[in-house]
Amino acid sequence: MHTVHVPPDFNAWRELARTALHDGFRPDEITFCDSTEPRSLSLLPEAASPGGPPHVKPHVSTAFLEAANFAATHRDPQRWNLLYRLLWRLQENRNLLRIEVDDDVAALLRLRSQVARDLHKMHAFVRFRKLEIDGDEHFIAWYEPAHRIVRLAAPFFAERFSVMHWTILTPDESVSWDPHTKQLTFGPGADRTQAPEQDELETLWKCYYASIFNPARINPSAMRSEMPMRYWQNLPEVEILPQLMRGAEQRVATMVRRQQSKPTAAPYVPELHTLTVLREALPSCKGCELYEHATQVVPGVGAAHAKLMLVGEQPGDKEDLEGAPFVGPAGSLLRGVMEELGIAPESVYMTNAVKHFKFVQRGKLRLHQNPRLQEINACRPWLAAELDAVKPQVILCLGASAAKSLLGSTFALMKDRGSVQESAFGKQIIATLHPSAVLRARDDASREQMRGLLKRDLQFASELASGKHR
Amino acid sequence: MQQLTVQQKLEILADAAKYDASCASSGAKRANNGKGVGHTDGTGICHSYTPDGRCVSLLKILLTNFCTYDCVFCVNRVSSDIQRARFTPEEVVNLTLDFYKRNYIEGLFLSSGIIQSPDYTMEQLIQVAKLLRTVHHFGGYIHLKTIPGADERLVAQAGKWADRLSANIELPTQQDLVQLAPEKKSTIIEGTMGQILAHSDEAKEASIRSHLPRHMLPKFAPAGQSTQMVVGATATTDREIIQRAGALYGNYKLRRIYYTGFSPYPEADARLPLKAAPLMREHRLYQADWLMRYYGFAPDEITSEANPELSLEEDPKTSWAKAHPEFFPVDVNVAPRESLLRVPGIGYRNVERILNIRRYHRLSIEDLRKLNVRVKHVAAWITAADHLPTSPLVSASPLPSPTAQLDLFAAASALSGAL
Ligand code: SF4
Repeated sequence: MHTVHVPPDFNAWRELARTALHDGFRPDEITFCDSTEPRSLSLLPEAASPGGPPHVKPHVSTAFLEAANFAATHRDPQRWNLLYRLLWRLQENRNLLRIEVDDDVAALLRLRSQVARDLHKMHAFVRFRKLEIDGDEHFIAWYEPAHRIVRLAAPFFAERFSVMHWTILTPDESVSWDPHTKQLTFGPGADRTQAPEQDELETLWKCYYASIFNPARINPSAMRSEMPMRYWQNLPEVEILPQLMRGAEQRVATMVRRQQSKPTAAPYVPELHTLTVLREALPSCKGCELYEHATQVVPGVGAAHAKLMLVGEQPGDKEDLEGAPFVGPAGSLLRGVMEELGIAPESVYMTNAVKHFKFVQRGKLRLHQNPRLQEINACRPWLAAELDAVKPQVILCLGASAAKSLLGSTFALMKDRGSVQESAFGKQIIATLHPSAVLRARDDASREQMRGLLKRDLQFASELASGKHR
Repeated sequence: MQQLTVQQKLEILADAAKYDASCASSGAKRANNGKGVGHTDGTGICHSYTPDGRCVSLLKILLTNFCTYDCVFCVNRVSSDIQRARFTPEEVVNLTLDFYKRNYIEGLFLSSGIIQSPDYTMEQLIQVAKLLRTVHHFGGYIHLKTIPGADERLVAQAGKWADRLSANIELPTQQDLVQLAPEKKSTIIEGTMGQILAHSDEAKEASIRSHLPRHMLPKFAPAGQSTQMVVGATATTDREIIQRAGALYGNYKLRRIYYTGFSPYPEADARLPLKAAPLMREHRLYQADWLMRYYGFAPDEITSEANPELSLEEDPKTSWAKAHPEFFPVDVNVAPRESLLRVPGIGYRNVERILNIRRYHRLSIEDLRKLNVRVKHVAAWITAADHLPTSPLVSASPLPSPTAQLDLFAAASALSGAL
């Protein structure tokens, strides 16, 4: 057996293989030993003379060269022998590489695709860390590829980061790029300690990583199959993985629980829906958090069987203190409009979508806060019970909160203002501006205009309730 | 209100972007320009993977999660009680460049809640891409979400800077939109898709007639356009979804449709399901999508009127094969490409291999095994040099009915599984 020692370099093997072909060594008469492998003390006698025909002008296809160039960087110590066997057989059968089910061809393709995958992973998983050296930025990465692919990988980084000064250190070899000379320089292998330990951006990157996945779809096996654990040690974001995974199930459970246990007044609403009964039960409601801070609950007022029901948003500061709806500034504006239209307040029923005042304390002031959708939904059973008790012909919603309560959260107030809507809560529901919106108008002209709209809608609702417009 | 730090904004605006499934960064080639960082080599690279199994390839964020719309399925809708934030264009530019220089990402995927007006929002998105390309000579990947209804002039500008544009169809049918996204209309969304297509056709035509060197040719979103639809938020069937997808591919030459199973999120509207759509359903829809794009299946072949849902137990190709015993067995040594593509368990890569090999060599079962074909799975459907299918072909028995929703944490991989 003729033994040849090959340094781990494709061109070196090419030279040796060409000579062997030229001399006529059959694949079973020659062994290519990788010089990085520990040498075995082979006792086989050296065969001095080859037994095959000499190939003076061997045929080599580009497909073979391309695949062999990749396979040569593989750490499999048998690769040189495999390549020589294929090269030998290619002389007889030029289509050999097309027969992917041939054992040698399949082995070559396997090596090639393993290297290609390793290369792809290197392109993906190299992480640069920035150093300032004499005021210049230098980006340095530590990486451990599975195979000796630094030279195959370097051009990718050279193109992508062509204006940066960068270095990639690996155990076998290192490579640097100089953005001024546009040159790659290869050097000896290195170890982890020669690379910077962290980068100023890593906290931000981890924060992104933690935010971008969806805890409701956790699927660690898919993650592991694409990002095998052997790469993890170079990836700063992976440090927080255990904590993210532990947290995910918890996060979803909380989310679902919060939705299932949405606050609701339902348990506090009595079965019998008469205004007196409802009025008595209201103060005990703890359907949402609002009762905790308000002075008192504010029930609706008006005719027990009114044809028109007005639904406002929620009590304000004054209503909270007095315990009656529509007694503050917005209420008096509304009452003014009603008077102009000749609508007696006792003839209608007036209430709010949310029964407790919501505010933030600023010094001595209590600033009104809009109710959240959750609170509107929580309080809806009270409103539904009132509707059931009064059975009005027409419901006029004052403002978006009331409209959302009865017409769904996607109801667009300004678009569908003034027209008759239908929902599970009533056949004739009209939405208009809230009187407080009129008070907040930015100038007199728009205040007049908004007051006009409110008046028109109120008139329409009242006429509809009394049977005009039929 | 206290100013948010970039990190706080990133937390909020990446969190809000995670429901968009598009992540691919492939399809465009852009050489480095020598003046800034970045190139795209056409294949796209996943730089990391998250615990939900999806890849991180792009910095995927919203410019802002303020939104004046009220789409029920969307976490950013105006009526949801979430924390809001807004990046400045410069902040997004810096994050993109800083992350890119560490090799964390392939580029940027930028989307936004709709603020002020569709045009205003679109202008803000374009501003980011333009800064990256013109001031920083960024050569990496940029995917911009177009805002449906934005002015055509803005769509044209966006395509100039971006590699890919997308207009999300959001929900499979107009009826679903009416129900859950009252401000959005299929006609407007498709109008935007049509504009993207028209501009990219124009750019292609111009480049054919032009004598400019390649790198100076006008480009318009060279990686094409994609869209996303949320599935499982309404009762719409797989059959309707697949037919809708088929029509979109046909009408607008989309590169990809992303299907994202609805999953619950904080502050979700009570009208939505509490559970995520099974990952397997999403996976089956992707398989069905591939059947249309790579395997020559027509949309209405994949399901039937009688069985409008894809089976969760079995891939759609196998279901089709079982319903069409007359088509089999297929002889791997002589059958045309189109027939080989219909054999369950043989993927299109292997079809190419088989066609290549059989010119020189008759394939046996052992050979197929060497190609990593799951022989047990395909044996019933094929004839090979040393093999005739023995077991009577699976009878045309009715397909198993789709099962109920899977457990939320079922370990179904949405990424693996052969067709
Ligand atoms: S606001 Fe309504 S639901 Fe909340 S505590 Fe008060 S009455 Fe009950």
